[in-house]
Amino acid sequence: MSELSPTLVDLNSYSFTGRQSPELPDFSSLSDESKHELRMVGVDVDATGERAGTFVQFDHSTVHCKSSGKGVEVLGIRQALKKYDGLPEYFWKAMDPEKDDFTRTAAKEELHGGYFIRTEKGVKVAEPVQTCLFIKGQNVGQNVHNIVVVEEDSEVHIITGCATSHDVTSALHLGISEFYIKKGGKLTFTMVHNWGEDVMVRPRTVGIVEENGVLQNNYVLLKKVKSVQSYPTIYLNGAGAVARFNSVIVTPTGSHVDTGNRIVLNAPNTRGEIISRTITTGGTIVARGEIIGNAVPARGHLECKGLILGGGLIHAIPELQGCVTGVELSHEAAVGKIAQEEIEYLMARGLDEDEATSTIVRGFLNVEIMGLPQELRESIDRIIAELDASDAM
Amino acid sequence: MLQIENLHVSIGDREVLKGINLNIDEGETFILFGPNGSGKTTLLMTLMGFGGYTVTAGKIVFKGVDITEMPTYERARLGIGMSFQRPPTIHGLKTRHLVSMCARGREIDVDGMAKTVNFEDFLNRDINSGFSGGEIKRSELLQLMAQNPDLILFDEPESGVDLENMVLIGNTARALLDGAEAPSPETCMRDLRRRNKTSGLIITHTGYILDYVNADRGQVMYNGVLCCDTRPTRPRDILDHISKYGYKECIRCLN
Repeated sequence: MSELSPTLVDLNSYSFTGRQSPELPDFSSLSDESKHELRMVGVDVDATGERAGTFVQFDHSTVHCKSSGKGVEVLGIRQALKKYDGLPEYFWKAMDPEKDDFTRTAAKEELHGGYFIRTEKGVKVAEPVQTCLFIKGQNVGQNVHNIVVVEEDSEVHIITGCATSHDVTSALHLGISEFYIKKGGKLTFTMVHNWGEDVMVRPRTVGIVEENGVLQNNYVLLKKVKSVQSYPTIYLNGAGAVARFNSVIVTPTGSHVDTGNRIVLNAPNTRGEIISRTITTGGTIVARGEIIGNAVPARGHLECKGLILGGGLIHAIPELQGCVTGVELSHEAAVGKIAQEEIEYLMARGLDEDEATSTIVRGFLNVEIMGLPQELRESIDRIIAELDASDAM
Repeated sequence: MLQIENLHVSIGDREVLKGINLNIDEGETFILFGPNGSGKTTLLMTLMGFGGYTVTAGKIVFKGVDITEMPTYERARLGIGMSFQRPPTIHGLKTRHLVSMCARGREIDVDGMAKTVNFEDFLNRDINSGFSGGEIKRSELLQLMAQNPDLILFDEPESGVDLENMVLIGNTARALLDGAEAPSPETCMRDLRRRNKTSGLIITHTGYILDYVNADRGQVMYNGVLCCDTRPTRPRDILDHISKYGYKECIRCLN
């Protein structure tokens, strides 16, 4: 079991104070490297695409925050706490600060920022809201708290990119996220991670979905990171609520990623789906998933599929817990390799072995089902293509 | 186009092909009959260069090039195409994407091609995922149209196909082998015939495909060797004999 225990974090080795950055009116003053890092996680650095709002955090400061004002409010969390008298309905309401060492640390340490995003009732926000949590300094401990409120019958897509500057190897990211999806609301939440090699990542996420609300969650992690440990939990508390998780994870040698999702079906006619596609090229992946059925009729399906390419370890742990008669939960898990038959099929069409392999890998990861904006999809495709060129493939 | 000389092939320790000699000329369509397990599919797999089929003796020459040890993708690029009987599903790979990759950079009209095999509705589906027998054949033909090979290997084009699909598949296979172009004021039929040099090697059990393609010659494979190499080698006659007398005559003939 020792090789699977999560990498320990020494909270004292990170600095939680003193890394302030000035406000940025736009991104033109950033170095080319930083721009590149931000682009890789979906930030529209060049302002070519449409965005309904933008929030950017550097280390301990919120450097950029604005919304186009069309049906969605985007604020820094500290500003929101001031404006809304401490956000008594939302701040630390879905998440228990006593959950673990990281939530306790997050509650105790100085709050560096994070975003507050709230839609207007009934408004379907057409363009995505982009947010970015960026670590620029070595050994920085970043402590952010994010709150998303999707009001009744409204819709929004939030793209969150988390990254470290190319010269930062070691850092700690603590992120508390609380999602509140009201009656008939829909949140699509896409998170793209691109951390440094020695970065420790401990996000803690809880969401509550009311009647007929929908959460579509996408998670993409393709680059090396020392350790990620996350396990978002979503409570489907209203009848007809739906949660879907799609994760695409690649771990090179030296990465340790322990991640999964938990969906709790607390009301009739709720549905939960967890799909993960993992590839290791030498690192360790613990692919978890848990669906708990507390009400009927309710359905849940969990699918963890992993490929081991060139060493590494994948530990798939799908769990189902049915607590009432009539609940329907299922899972399928597979850990394997690329089938020779598939490679040969493509080679018979004239693709060489590398082309065939990368075509199969791209299909396996199936980022397409996430329905991401084109530029983000292209950036992800480029990372997958780079991955194919490495020796591990 | 294709010369096979004294080809011996083993799968593991078992010798499956025991000295095959076969020539297929430019533009010629050759039919291979034979009972299950006689080695027909092994011959196709070996021609395509798949793993697990070890050539222990003999050689394969295609367009004057010895391809016996050539990797599969180079054979494909040299002009050999194959219609698979049971192709694998590749999740996340859209049929449209695979078809366009088959063209290897040539400009092709994927939608127009799909229309000719009634396959437009499948272009955005994962390749072979949940395809029926007839759908698999149409998908294979569509890929071959995009690939435009000079020698087409068909592994049982009629298996698992209903009658209505058989007409479409048979006619498409014929168009691939004979060239689908109609004569025009600029090009007469004679020139079209001269230009089209696509050869075919077709495995069939039922012979239904003979209703559609112009089969030039045929032989029976039995227990890893080819027989019926004396007249008649007309596929229709061979089929008639097999339906009347079964394959037991092959045993007599070989002994």
